[in-house]
Amino acid sequence: MRDKSRADLVNRRRFLSAASLAGAGIAMTRGASATDTTKPDPLITEVQDWQRYLGDGVDKRPYGSPSKFEKNVIRRDVSWLTASAESSVNFTPLHELDGIITPSGLCFERHHGGVAEIDPAKHRLMINGLVEKPLVFTMDDIKRMPRTNRIYFLECAANSGMEWRGAQLNGCQFTHGMVHNVMYTGVPLKVVLDEAGLRPNAKWLMLEGGDASGMNRSLPVEKGLSDVLLAFAMNGEALRPEQGYPLRAVIPGWEGNLWVKWLRRIEVGDQPWQTREETSKYTDLLADGRSRKHTFIMDAKSVVTSPSPQAPLKYKGRNVLSGFAWSGRGTIQRVDVSLDGGRNWQTARIDGPVLDKSLTRFYVDFDWNGEELMVQSRAIDSTGYVQPTKDELRKVRGVNSIYHNNGIQTWLVHRNGDSENVELG
Amino acid sequence: MTGLSGAWSAERPRVGAAPAEPAAKMGLGREALPEEIAAWDTDVRPDGRGLPVGRGTVKQGDELFQERCASCHGEFGQGAGRWPVLAGGQGTLRADRPDKTIGSFWPDLSTVYDYIRRAMPYGNARSLTDDEAYALVAFLLNLNDIVKDENFELNDKNFASIKLPNAEAFFDDDRETSEKKFWNKDPCMRNCRELPKVTGKAISVDVTPDGKSGPKVD
Repeated sequence: MRDKSRADLVNRRRFLSAASLAGAGIAMTRGASATDTTKPDPLITEVQDWQRYLGDGVDKRPYGSPSKFEKNVIRRDVSWLTASAESSVNFTPLHELDGIITPSGLCFERHHGGVAEIDPAKHRLMINGLVEKPLVFTMDDIKRMPRTNRIYFLECAANSGMEWRGAQLNGCQFTHGMVHNVMYTGVPLKVVLDEAGLRPNAKWLMLEGGDASGMNRSLPVEKGLSDVLLAFAMNGEALRPEQGYPLRAVIPGWEGNLWVKWLRRIEVGDQPWQTREETSKYTDLLADGRSRKHTFIMDAKSVVTSPSPQAPLKYKGRNVLSGFAWSGRGTIQRVDVSLDGGRNWQTARIDGPVLDKSLTRFYVDFDWNGEELMVQSRAIDSTGYVQPTKDELRKVRGVNSIYHNNGIQTWLVHRNGDSENVELG
Repeated sequence: MTGLSGAWSAERPRVGAAPAEPAAKMGLGREALPEEIAAWDTDVRPDGRGLPVGRGTVKQGDELFQERCASCHGEFGQGAGRWPVLAGGQGTLRADRPDKTIGSFWPDLSTVYDYIRRAMPYGNARSLTDDEAYALVAFLLNLNDIVKDENFELNDKNFASIKLPNAEAFFDDDRETSEKKFWNKDPCMRNCRELPKVTGKAISVDVTPDGKSGPKVD
């Protein structure tokens, strides 16, 4: 035991000095070549703790967590954005993610009355209004219905909303992190509506949450009958409480606010309800003082996640530029990337699944000569829609529409590899 | 271009088309009882559908508001601290910094009643009676100069006749026509613009949380 602790101590000292050396190495060689190859690397020549001592047994973590070395990969909030943490938002760490699936524990949160903690045995879903027979379902009822699995992005209508007037927040987590992409398991809403039987004059649905905000939104019945899901699982397990456990609406391609969490009721009607979340909020004020309403679809959008302000370039030479693209109108057809602020473009390499209304991963493998870069990405979707610049959007909408900012993002990469959020003129 | 169609492509059958026999019932769930529907179905539409029988005056609303609402929304609905402003701002929607309140922005009075009864007071939702909600809505009309008389009574009969100033200023999503030029078959690839100049920087605003430290997650 004493021997082990002494060895621990020695190893820890060695580890610390190796770590500080490595740190200095990065600082010195940043923008230059790789590590010092003239001396043997103690991480190779010396036996490390993890090579000598046993690690934790299988029962240590019945539900696993990320490595302690990944503890900065977390949701973050911007406290000045809202008056209260229970009606607020936090942000997905996009700069730390790869592929297209967002880990459930990192999916951004947006609540209007905090996280409702609901016992699934006490949860009920009611269907009423213009139906042949109003119904009440338990979660067990819902889990006896034919189910389906689909991967979709969920983007908050206000994602990038703080950037309408110019560059404000320094990092794609904050400028673009109100988005996540998971596999949902659930029941098509159509199955449930068929069970109740829609009356011929049914035109609109109202979805209502069971939390303290009683979130309610109107949804056209055609959308409800096409691809809307009532989901009880995400990424293979039950929904997280902050994502609506035990039941949420999934409204593919449409603004996140419609994806009512803790879903308890669907009313069928012949006109929209004009609820608070579709009048006071989630309406888009234009420069002439009028406002668009029912701007449901999230247009094609993309962002380079690396390099970005939270993910600097560390080396000259070979690098991987990476990012996400998505569109509420269909699939991503193409992503173009510019390194000179939109003067010239090259088409990025898309890798991984290209799915309908899902995040899509793109890469540009490039050599960096240490010169300043102005990095942009431009998504093109299956309808031929090309992601506009912010200035093009402002020309149509002004700067006070809060929602639906899908303008092209620019990162200025400095010669030392640091990046920052900028606007170009 | 994507090179990844096949099994992953978007051309799969739509979800809505999946159940083959929509008419066949599964026999799941049970009929909702009238008391249950009444308990949960509290929504109100602009035409007044859903309003409960009831009434409340501006005066009664003022008293209630000072007791239950003013700590966040201010005595006159002007908002305390960073809590929402409920009154004022008329005529500011074209200004550089619009003030979007019930009086200046909201299109329908029904939304005020529905939202207050559903979700307010913040932290103690569903605690107001139907009459209390009428009185509060009447007081908010008064704060916004839409109703001047403090003896005015709002009730389920006169409710739908009251119009808010900004009612006509909303229109349905028109992006597919007003933003038609964003659908572009042939976006520029070479020499697309003048040499770019940096015109704005997030670091000059300096409001980003420190990204290097985070809450303890051990």
